[in-house]
Amino acid sequence: MSNPKEAIKEKSMIIQKDMLAKLFTELSTAKENGKKVVYTFVPGNVTELILSFDMLPVYPEINALQSGMRKKSASYIRDAEKIGFSEDVCTYVKCDIGMMLNGNIGPTGEKMPEPDLLLLSYTGCFTFMKWFENLEKLYPNVPVAMLHTPYQEDGKITEDQITYMVKQMETDVIPKMEMVSGKKYDPERLSKMMVNSAKAEDLLVKVLESAKHVPSPIDAYFAGVYYIGPIFTAFRGTEEAVEYYTELWNEVQERMRLGLGPITPEGELREEKFRLVVEGPPNWTNFREFWKIFYDMGAVIVASSYTKVGGVYDLGFRHDPEHPLESLAKYCMGCYTNLNLPQRVNLLADYVTEYKADGFLINSIKSCNSFSAGQLMIMREIEQRLGVPVGFIESDLVDPRYFSYANIKNRLESYFQMLEQRKIILAQETSEAIA
Amino acid sequence: MNKYYIGIDLGSTTSKAVIINEDDEIIGRGITNTRANYSVATEIARMEAIYNARFSIMKKKLEAEINLKPEYGRYIDDLETVFQYEQFKKRLDNLKGEMMNAIESYFHGEQIERVKDKVKHIFQTIEPLIKNEYLFGNLGSKNQFFRDIVSEKYNEEVSKLDMALFEPLMTVWDKSITVAENVVIDFNFGELIHEAMDILAEKYEKLPEVAAGDKSINFDAEMNLLKGNFRNVSETLREHIDEVANLEFNIANMTGTGYGRALLPFPEDCIRSEILCHAFGAHAVFPETRTVLDIGGQDTKAIQVDKYGLVTSFQMNDRCAAGCGRYLGYIADEMSISLNELGPMAMQAEKEVTICSTCTVFAGAELRELTNLGEKREDILGGLHKAIILRAMSLIARSGGVFNEFTFTGGVARNPAVVKYLSQLVRENYGDQIKINIHHDSIFMGALGGAMFARRNIKADLPSAKKAKAEVEEI
Repeated sequence: MSNPKEAIKEKSMIIQKDMLAKLFTELSTAKENGKKVVYTFVPGNVTELILSFDMLPVYPEINALQSGMRKKSASYIRDAEKIGFSEDVCTYVKCDIGMMLNGNIGPTGEKMPEPDLLLLSYTGCFTFMKWFENLEKLYPNVPVAMLHTPYQEDGKITEDQITYMVKQMETDVIPKMEMVSGKKYDPERLSKMMVNSAKAEDLLVKVLESAKHVPSPIDAYFAGVYYIGPIFTAFRGTEEAVEYYTELWNEVQERMRLGLGPITPEGELREEKFRLVVEGPPNWTNFREFWKIFYDMGAVIVASSYTKVGGVYDLGFRHDPEHPLESLAKYCMGCYTNLNLPQRVNLLADYVTEYKADGFLINSIKSCNSFSAGQLMIMREIEQRLGVPVGFIESDLVDPRYFSYANIKNRLESYFQMLEQRKIILAQETSEAIA
Repeated sequence: MNKYYIGIDLGSTTSKAVIINEDDEIIGRGITNTRANYSVATEIARMEAIYNARFSIMKKKLEAEINLKPEYGRYIDDLETVFQYEQFKKRLDNLKGEMMNAIESYFHGEQIERVKDKVKHIFQTIEPLIKNEYLFGNLGSKNQFFRDIVSEKYNEEVSKLDMALFEPLMTVWDKSITVAENVVIDFNFGELIHEAMDILAEKYEKLPEVAAGDKSINFDAEMNLLKGNFRNVSETLREHIDEVANLEFNIANMTGTGYGRALLPFPEDCIRSEILCHAFGAHAVFPETRTVLDIGGQDTKAIQVDKYGLVTSFQMNDRCAAGCGRYLGYIADEMSISLNELGPMAMQAEKEVTICSTCTVFAGAELRELTNLGEKREDILGGLHKAIILRAMSLIARSGGVFNEFTFTGGVARNPAVVKYLSQLVRENYGDQIKINIHHDSIFMGALGGAMFARRNIKADLPSAKKAKAEVEEI
């Protein structure tokens, strides 16, 4: 690749960058400042609860993806494999373990604080449990709190399930948080934060749904992963998050008004040739190259399931200040990877229709069972139900060995040519029918 | 003036070119081995297809005459073979030149002349052998390409010589063949064809004596008609031969495809994915096709197409090319037999030995182990061929299964054992009523699809299913 161009920066991007920088600095100085640190996961997180105890959350999978984007994951994974992790283990886990083995220096170069509490909230991914068993061994004196999220086997959330989750919070999670932080649980403070959560969630949905507009002002996958950043991680429930999403929404509205396409690292996309719905996480080690293939073909991702792993807010769920713990329970159970396969198919099929997509594409992740299981069935269902061209590519989260540029480009090129041919034919068939 | 369209499929193992006319009929085919310089491979395939097209245009024009007098058809076919030999001879001369140069730069003193003498001697021996094989159609199905034919003969001669010469002679070969192969040689069709007529006259003149001594020559009815009559035939045909030699070939549009397509010397909008081309080609020939399997050198593709021949989804092997054409090439090398002998040998299998197809290199090791255990080569090969198809079946399943008619394309479709196991497993898995299509031009399907895209690009009229069917009946 030639020298990458300097990316366009909008105000919202700068705000987000500052938010993250501040967080990582806070984390690196947490011990000196007496701040307690909770390690937890993105899908089905209880961030507001953690923040309400003035503790700082750390999300190992975010560190892993950040390490992947900063080209550090290869050596971390190698180090984890050296101590016995198999080639087939989730690469987020190995990257994270490798990082800890190397002094726990975070993606920004600042040291990550050791955990004071391991909060295992496992939603839709059972590897999380094994991951924390490893962390438990690395940090033997740190208490572990469990928050089990029941899978939506029957495609719905029942009252019993909500009660079960709230009970876990009341009897295990909250007491351990009180013990670690030395503070009393403050439901009022939690409720106040949830007002902010709901505000930010409203704004995020507006941003993501702006992609229904033709041309789409945003890329809901490659740029989408930035848009979900604050709300899926340490900022849900904060004023800063509301500010960020207010600014972002203003920018997006302006782009829509001007009829502009998405901003990409290669520049603004001038002509929207294809609109796609994408299932599966992106590859992080070659993120920009990966995005550029789509940019070069004039393809915009108008909706994606990956931007729903920390909440499918467009289906209507909002954190509820009136019932904070119950709404946390519903939130955890409603995350994308906790949906059953028919729900996932329905959601994706609706996206294809509502966002006027030309095609449906799956990026299947080699080391992620929770995402990849069922994807071929999903693909076939969507193809049969909607008759749209479907595509399937394979890569990995943060293991650069599994990103084969030539293979992926070859498949995507074929896929885009498929879409193009189809457009020509359908246009001809329609005009023949009219004639 | 007639317009023609060319499709070029630059695969990992072979490069193919197909020329079609405005009725989508194939009138020219060219194929060569893919080599380091893609432009050369493309150019050779393209030139071959154009030469072939000139011959087929002539035959088409003389269709009525040929029906009445089959010896005319035979003469043209023989002429094309001799014409091919002449190209071969020019390449051989070029290779010899390269080898002489290489000897001068890699050896010193007396050694130079010594090695030169040996190489000259080898060429003197193999040249008439190859000429004979071309002229009397004894090249057989073993090898097709310049490199393979010469290397086989060269190695054979080297092995007859003193072992001390082995190293220098192989060094010279290695240093020269790649250089020689990556050169485009300009041929003058008119000149070459007249020379070919002379060589052919020589051949026919000698026919009675050759025939008496050599039982291998198939003395059929056409040959008998030619024997005493060839001068008349050649004089009658001369003006037609001159006409096609001078025919200006108007290639109106072209499409490049195959894994090396991005490197083809074509404008970007003339380049298309091989998945689309294979599907389009296969669908054009068999319009009821809904599932296409293409096994090429390094890719296996399971493709679903709609009634227009457009791809609706596809699955390809990722990360590993075990079970593709190159896998068979490797196995052939391991067994020291030629690629084209593999299939027929596997057809002799009485059972299929279980072999793992997940890794080419391991399969090689397994093969040696099984041979040690006393398994028969035929049965091992049977197992290997079945293993390839089992892998392809899993891709087919991933792509959605087999619908309606099933068409098998790609170079591997020439292998009878692959076809046997594929047919067996497709029927086992998807029912006896599935119609399985394998065209004798299966290796050209990608190039054909490309040429068809090239033709349609101009008119921007992609075919409806009905139209495609009518076209096929003509092919």
